[in-house]
Amino acid sequence: MNEVTPTPELEAFDYKSDVNPVWCPGCGDYAVLSAITKALAELRLARENVAVISGIGCSSRIPAYTSVYGFHGIHGRALPIAQGLKLARPDVTVLCAGGDGDGFSIGGNHFMHACRRNIDLTYIVMDNTVYGMTKGQASPTTEADWRESKLTPEGPGVPPFQPLDIALAAGASHVVRAFSGRVQMLTKYIVEAIQHPGFSFIQVISPCVTYRPEMRALKTRVHDGFAETSTNRLEARRRLLDDDGYSLGVLFKSVEPSYKPCATSDEAVADLERQFVL
Amino acid sequence: MTEHLLSLALTGSGGAGVMTVGQILLDAAAHAGWYGLMRRSLGPQIRGGESAALMRFGSRPILSHGDTFDVLFAFDWGNITRFAAELPLRSDSVVLYDPDAGEVPEVIARSNARCVAVPLTATVKSEPGLRANMIGLGLAAHILRLTPADLQPLLADFLGDKGEEALALSLRGIELGAGLADALPASTWPVCPRPAKSEKPRWSITGNEAAGLGAVKGGVRFVAAYPITPSTEILEWLAPNLARLGGQLVQAEDELASINMLVGASYGGVPSLTATSGPGLSLMIEGLGMSVGAEIPVTVIDVQRGGPSTGIPTKSEQSDFNIAVYGLHGDAPHIVVAATSIPDCMPTVQWAVSAAEAAQCPAIVLSDQNMGQSRAIIDPPAEGGPVAARRLAAPEDGTPYLRYALTNDGVSPMAVPGIAGGEYTADGLAHNERGTPSTQAADHQSQLDKRQRKLETLDCANFWAELEGDGPIAVIALGSLTEPAREAVRAANGAARLIGLRVVLPLQAEAMAKALAGATKVLVVEQNHSAQFHHFLRGHYDLPPVVDSLHRAGPLPLRPLEILAAINALKGDA
Ligand SMILES: Cc1ncc(C[n+]2csc(CCOP(=O)(O)OP(=O)(O)O)c2C)c(N)n1
Ligand code: SF4
Repeated sequence: MNEVTPTPELEAFDYKSDVNPVWCPGCGDYAVLSAITKALAELRLARENVAVISGIGCSSRIPAYTSVYGFHGIHGRALPIAQGLKLARPDVTVLCAGGDGDGFSIGGNHFMHACRRNIDLTYIVMDNTVYGMTKGQASPTTEADWRESKLTPEGPGVPPFQPLDIALAAGASHVVRAFSGRVQMLTKYIVEAIQHPGFSFIQVISPCVTYRPEMRALKTRVHDGFAETSTNRLEARRRLLDDDGYSLGVLFKSVEPSYKPCATSDEAVADLERQFVL
Repeated sequence: MTEHLLSLALTGSGGAGVMTVGQILLDAAAHAGWYGLMRRSLGPQIRGGESAALMRFGSRPILSHGDTFDVLFAFDWGNITRFAAELPLRSDSVVLYDPDAGEVPEVIARSNARCVAVPLTATVKSEPGLRANMIGLGLAAHILRLTPADLQPLLADFLGDKGEEALALSLRGIELGAGLADALPASTWPVCPRPAKSEKPRWSITGNEAAGLGAVKGGVRFVAAYPITPSTEILEWLAPNLARLGGQLVQAEDELASINMLVGASYGGVPSLTATSGPGLSLMIEGLGMSVGAEIPVTVIDVQRGGPSTGIPTKSEQSDFNIAVYGLHGDAPHIVVAATSIPDCMPTVQWAVSAAEAAQCPAIVLSDQNMGQSRAIIDPPAEGGPVAARRLAAPEDGTPYLRYALTNDGVSPMAVPGIAGGEYTADGLAHNERGTPSTQAADHQSQLDKRQRKLETLDCANFWAELEGDGPIAVIALGSLTEPAREAVRAANGAARLIGLRVVLPLQAEAMAKALAGATKVLVVEQNHSAQFHHFLRGHYDLPPVVDSLHRAGPLPLRPLEILAAINALKGDA
């Protein structure tokens, strides 16, 4: 996170825009929007110094519903846009947000490399284990035997992607699982993630009430399995071995070197031309 | 003053080091007052393999390769058949070869050129520690009337920290090579007197380096890229040089990442650019569409190689013309420019960057392997001409900021993070003036109109084309073929005029009409199999009734005499 310039007292409400979400009533993403605006208010960040970057999907609609700078990009490319912005403008607090399809399928390669680079930004994936926007196909986190999509009538037939394990293996320095049904907890995690000086990844279980209505029942399944935070990557990975997928908490946190561009100086273009003179 | 031109090809297999010989020779010739050009032709091997330094020297500035080689110096014959087609010879050309490397192969001998044996291997063996390439250098230098004394000052630079002994051995090799040349009758050599030394300093630069320089001159301070032949040298030049200016280059995980990183950085207000080749440009297309829709300027340099697919990575072609012009989905007005020569890569990239910034849209710069990886001795190039900088927003209290406001020239002042009151969400979804997604016909229409308007109002001034002559046959050439076409136009003695089109998009209807005034026929010259540029010109411009197309796939470059022959054929057609 960047230095906080004291701003006039803003409420969470002030970080919301007047654009009406396209989301279905009851969608988990409303709560994520709420938690983001609460976290920004708590951190007292000036609206002009924050940017929320996303890809495409229901969840990726989130930037326009905030009153900070935003970018609703293209499917799967939220992380490169967010990293480009952060590298070019280190003074801006950058949040990146989107769905499990956007982040783990079409954008899966960027996810791994963003974890490796460890650039100081917060990546929030609203994981609803389905493609909501395109009306209910299997996503990388969908169970192998889920038979509700016409596209994969027998079920996707492949084991689900393990976001936390992959984030840890790829080098993310702050790894969290949260639930949209617990807004206060999520707000706290987002605050901590923004404050963390490196790449923070938050997998938010965020029910799609339309295409995965059974997810409504998850509020009774989630539990505080990651109540204690590990600072040892290996140990954190070991803890995932018996994870049921519903443990919530900050699984891993450590301060590690971030990607740094070459050391720079401030010469003039005319200085560069000299190398071509015979 | 009589002008002197000399074309020289140095060939050899990997170990022979002909590229080093060519490089030192070019530098030494430049110091002696020659202008020059060196193209590299490489085989498919990762390291080693056959290679050729294709050189041309002139007492006046030259940016085009010639028609045939005056001298071919073969260090050995390794895999010569693979690129003999790139080495046209005449019966009065000279072929220097090492008899220990075998007889002159049929592909070379059939030119009936004069073959002269030079005992390269025997000389290497005559004293311990000698290297064939240095002996060859001493010999090749003689063709340009350069002496060991001309080469000596450059050697230390090339040898780096290899030490005194290596330097002494190299010098000895050069002397022995010069001796081999002296031993041949004077009639062996083409007439090639030393030119007068230049008063003004000249530059030695490759097209790829010039493109990098143009980028930083245009204001680029952020580059994200994924390496690909033959564009990588642009990135290799930019990495340390951007750092010197306080900018940065990021090696991305792929081209999808690099184009999107550019969009992010540029959204943050920092002019951004990447360099790639056809396969990479293909991957960037969706991101370029977003740059159009969200109105975020970025510049992409495509150093073209043989395509489609992986094609011929090391050799030149101009077959990405269509994807650059038509590749984006939806109605997506953007800028496409083609650099016309090695030095022109600098102003063209510079201009493209500032045009993209001014019009808040993507610019694609077409270069090709032919000029990207060639080195030239040139007079310092002219600047890329003035274009306005990005128009930033200064939002006022009380009035809501409209990021995509419908202005007269289509350009809407842009807010970037840090500007209070300018908070907006950039969007690739169709949107209204404020940026809020909209599926309404009227919003879609008005935003499409405005994005088109930005390009229609972009001032391309004199930058749009290279023009020369006023003959009735207009030769419209693409990219690196502009200079060979210029030579052909000059040789046509008033029968032709040159239009080297730099600004491909936006269309230049008025300027083109003026440039074509009085022309009765057109010859379109390009390096691809399907005459992409020809079809584009026919589709978008009012051309005179007779239009001929001279096109060929890479890698064999179109040469001035071929273009002249096409001009003459058109002249004959009543
Ligand atoms: C290149 C590309 N391919 C496909 C699509 C269609 N598409 C839009 S959103 C989406 C999946 C969205 O799923 P997810 O990212 O999980 O977000 P959700 O809608 O569930 O929040 C797809 C496949 C697209 N927009 N672009
Ligand atoms: S389809 Fe699912 S994910 Fe999309 S808005 Fe509706 S509930 Fe939310």
